[in-house]
This record gives sequence, structure tokens and C-alpha cells, in this order.
Amino acid sequence: MTIIKHRLFWPSVILVALLVVNMFTANQFITVRDGHLFGVLPDILRGSAPLLLVALGMTLVIATGGIDLSVGAVMAISGAVACLLIKDLGNQNAVGSVLLIMAVAIGASLLLGLWNGTLVAVVGIQPIIATLILMVAGRGVAQLVTDGQIINVQSSPYAAIATGHFLSVPIAFLIAIAAVVLTVLLTRRTALGLLLESVGGSPTASRLAGIRARRITIMVYVVSGGLAGLAGLIYSANIKSADSISAGNLIELDAILAVVIGGTALIGGRFSIAGTVIGAILIQALQVTVVAVGVPSKATLLFKAVIVVALCLSQSTTFRQKVFGRFKSRPAVTAEVPA
Amino acid sequence: MLKRLSVAMVGAVLLSSALAGCGGGDDSSSGSGSDDKIVLGFSQVGAESGWRTANTKSIQDSAKAAGIELKFADAQGKQENQITAIRSFITQKVDVIAFSPVVTSGWDAVLKEAKDAGIPVILTDRSVDSQDTSLYVSFLGSDFVEEGKKAGQWLVDQYKGKTGTVNIVELQGTTGAAPAIDRQKGFADTIASDPNLKVVKSQTGDFTRAQGKTVMETFLQSTPKIDVLYAHNDDMGLGAIEAIEAAGKKPGTDIKIITVDAVKDGMTALSEGKINYIVECSPLLGPQLMDIVKQVKSGGTPEKRILTKETTFTQEQAKTELPNRQY
Repeated sequence: MTIIKHRLFWPSVILVALLVVNMFTANQFITVRDGHLFGVLPDILRGSAPLLLVALGMTLVIATGGIDLSVGAVMAISGAVACLLIKDLGNQNAVGSVLLIMAVAIGASLLLGLWNGTLVAVVGIQPIIATLILMVAGRGVAQLVTDGQIINVQSSPYAAIATGHFLSVPIAFLIAIAAVVLTVLLTRRTALGLLLESVGGSPTASRLAGIRARRITIMVYVVSGGLAGLAGLIYSANIKSADSISAGNLIELDAILAVVIGGTALIGGRFSIAGTVIGAILIQALQVTVVAVGVPSKATLLFKAVIVVALCLSQSTTFRQKVFGRFKSRPAVTAEVPA
Repeated sequence: MLKRLSVAMVGAVLLSSALAGCGGGDDSSSGSGSDDKIVLGFSQVGAESGWRTANTKSIQDSAKAAGIELKFADAQGKQENQITAIRSFITQKVDVIAFSPVVTSGWDAVLKEAKDAGIPVILTDRSVDSQDTSLYVSFLGSDFVEEGKKAGQWLVDQYKGKTGTVNIVELQGTTGAAPAIDRQKGFADTIASDPNLKVVKSQTGDFTRAQGKTVMETFLQSTPKIDVLYAHNDDMGLGAIEAIEAAGKKPGTDIKIITVDAVKDGMTALSEGKINYIVECSPLLGPQLMDIVKQVKSGGTPEKRILTKETTFTQEQAKTELPNRQY
């Protein structure tokens, strides 16, 4: 009974259900081929990496009561910068140069995050407006960088971050998990998590209690920008090209959804990284299932909506009490009616 | 105070009439000074893709070559910008207006204004859904159903006289977009003539590489045997090639690939043997547009529906055509 009451019980059940469906529709669910994992499960995990990274940053931002709408644009800029620089390399397969370029792209993303954080914490613009600026303008910047064209690269070390394997596990998923583990350690093994929740609960009270609320707020936007930049690299490496028009398009909404599915409150003050991980993988699994089952294109969005609605209802205590606690509570309800 | 205001108003009136006079004089001088110089007002959708950029460049270059003065306005994907641009073309009294509508509906009022002003309107690339077809003189653009049919016909010819089922998967364009609906329809109608050809999976890939790759990955995982991939544009096809290679199959050999568009990246893959056949959807409609503009200006009536000059490419043809691809 207690496990059913756990916040992540229903999202986990739906995730497992989706995976079970894929077990039946897929030729190979999980197997080892050419020395690495192959099948629909590794595909889902690999495909969920960009969303997982973006949602991780979003979780921290939302924990402080903010929101970051610019993540998709940051992804586009990061991929565009990286591909443009790699394309001009004499030897695109030079590992050192590619790593340096990736660092440059992530550095640029951190700066974009700093811009967001400054607007929110120093200038005092509402987060939704502050990040909306970069959401709209950032995609324009990315298109300017690529001159509106799709930029192709032929760099195997770059492609490896999305499609390669390390110890037979997809590298993209390992990167995402490493980011998750690092974040968990930093927020749950140090006081940082507590400070985040405190700022999310009440920035003013936190400041009066001696917490540098402004610094914490700037930091989460910087982290969110950096993670979005990393996601942008994986996205563009996956297709070996920078597509500044569609890279990360609408991913901010999927990321917010993943965070909400994971049980983090949008008003801030409470967050669950494990929940976000389940949420992000669930969204990716849902996308794969839609194609695998053969839901017609026109009905895809409706199908997804039905699942998400069911999920949100299952997380609402009021709804659960009304439906599942009906028989128990009925006498009490009828007793109250005459009054 | 009142006096000063009235002086200012008189001044303003005088100034505006002087400006109007100036503008009028300018108009007449350009009219009489260069009688053969036609003025064309063109409102473009935006610069959302490489295809669109090539489209814009073609129109600008061919206007210059044809000696037509082009007034170019970029609508940045917004209908209201486009309506503003067309209104400004009407007040500027251009000779001909041409535009690629951002959306299909809501054009009747502004097109009526152009008609009342006696300025002929030509639609390019995309159509409008106005009931009154007298609002425009001609629609120049690709026939997406025809593109689907060409793709289907190649497949029918490939498998003519062969037995055994051919499993086809389809990557559709953005759900609800005209090219996606029509390319699907034309293809389906044509392959219906051969009962062996079966579309086993069909899903949207949103015209993007990343979605094309993701959806193809799942197709490969959930379909026992795929013989043919039909993608509604090159980009989705290119994404799918990545997925096919990652699954250890050879694109173009193990799975035959047909796409639409023929942009440079697609043509490169075709010449490398990774794609088998591309149906062209050409953005280079500038020269044809200029011909229609001249025809309209000299009092002729062009056909109501003019198709863009387009072809299809096999792997061999791609090798010869590739060096000339501009986009």
C-alpha cells in the first residue's frame, strides 16, 4: 500500500507498461551485437539523452521557482557553433580539436545561461519573460551562425558522442547518466539541494536567513544553459549536421512535462531528480511506442495526450481519493449532503 | 496657442502635398522614362530553409537577368506582414504582384484590393483557398500529388513482373501540410496498381533529419522486413540513412530509398548510391515567373495553373547533375 502511494509509482508503472509493449512489437528488445547493446531499449535510452539533460537543468531551475524556455534555442546555437567550427577543421577526425570545439560550444551555452540568470536575478525580470527573449532571439542567432543552411560534418569522434558505445553502452546515455549522478551528488550530498529548495520556497526569507539567493538563482540558469548546450551537441552529432531550424524545437515543453511527471512542483521549493529521469525516459518511450504500434500520424498527439492526462490524474491526490476511495468515503459524503 | 497649432497644421498639409507631388512626379517619370522596365512586387514566406533561400535567390537573379525591377519583401513567416507588404505594393502602384502565401486562407480582402487597383497577382509555390479564382491570374508551383505519383511509378517499374510482397515504410512530412498530404496520396494511388507493393508503416518525421532518424530506428526495430523507404523529403531520408547504417544494413542496397526535393545533400547521397531515386521539387522558379510577368504585362493571359519545370534523378543522373546543384 505504501509503495502505491509513492509519488513515482504510477509514472514507473506506465514506463514499464510502455517497455512491455515494445518487448512485443520489437524484433529485438535488447541483445548484444558487434560487441555493443542493440535493440529497442538501448535505442530509447540513447534517444532520451538530450531530453534527459535538458530536463535535468530544467528541474534545478524549476526548483528555485523559475523556468527556462530558452533551452531549445541554446541547443540550436551550441550545435551550430560546433558544426561550423568542426567543418573548418583540416582533419575533422582529430580528437583533441573536436573536444576543444565542444568545450567552446558548451562555454558559449554557459554564457547564454549566465545572460538568463542575470536577467532574472540581477535585473529582476520574471523568468518566463527573461528566458522567452533568448528562446525567440536564440534561434535567430543559430540561423545567423549557419546562414540558414544545414551544416554537415564528417567527424567520427563528434558522431561518437551520440552514436558511439563505451563498454557496449551508448555513450550518449552514459553522458546523460553522468550528469544525473553528478547533480544528485552535488544536491543531495551537500547543502546545495537544501539551498535550492529554500530559494524556491521563498527567495526573500532565504536571503534574510543568510543564503546568497541571487547567486544560487544565477547558478541554476548557468547550469541549465550548459546542459542544454551538451544536449545540443548530442542532437547535432546524432544527425552529423547542425539543423538550426529544428534542433531542440519545442523541447522546452517536453522538458517541463518530464519535470512535472517526475513530481517536481512548478511553484518551486521541491524537486525530484529521479522523477525527472523517469519522466524523460517515459516521454522518449512514448514516442517510440507510438511509431512501433503504428498509431496513425493524425492521432499521435491525441494518443500522447491521453497517456499524459492519465498520468497527471494518477498523481493528483484529490482525484485518487475521489475514484479509489469512493466506497470508503461514501457514508461520510452522504452524511454531509443533508447538512 | 490655437494660432500656433493652426500654423503648424497648414505647414503639415503643405508639406504632405509637396511630398505627394514629389511622389507623383517620381511615378510618372519612372513610367515614361523607362516604359519597358516592369516593376514586380514579391512577398516571400521567409527564410526558413535552404530550399526557400534558393527560391529567393532564383527570383532575385532572374528578375535582374530579365530587366525587371524587383521590390522584395520578406514576411518572416507571418501572414500580417505579407498583407502589409501587398498593400504597400498596391499604394506604390507596382505593375505585377507575386507572392508565396504563408497560409492558404484569409487572402480574399487584400487580393480584392489588388484587383480593384488593376494590379494582376501571381501565386508562387503555394496556393490560396479563395473561392473566387479571378482574384489571381496564375498559380506557378509544383504539383505535390504528381511528385508522389512519380515516386510511386518508379517503384512500380522496379518491381514489375516480380513476385513476393514488397514491404514499404513511409516517412511523412509535417502532419496536415499540403506537401505531406499530397505526396502520400499520389504515391498510394500509383502503387495500388501492384498488389505486391504494401505500405506496412507510415509515420510523420516532421520533414527533419533528427525525426527521420528516430522514426526509422523504430521502424527497423518493429518491422520484420523492410524493402523500401519512401521519404517525403531529402532531409528525413538522410536521417533515415544514418539509422539504417547504425542497424548494420546498407542503404540503397538492403533497403531501397526514394525521396523528394533533390537538394544538394540529397543528390550527394544519391550519387553515392545511398538513395536510389529522387523526385525533384525545384525552388528555381524565377525564370518561369519572369516569363509570366512579361506575358501578363503585355496583355496576355497565362494558364491558370503552371507547373514548375521539374524532373527526376536516378543515381547515374545525379552524378552528372551534382556539380551544377546550387542549393
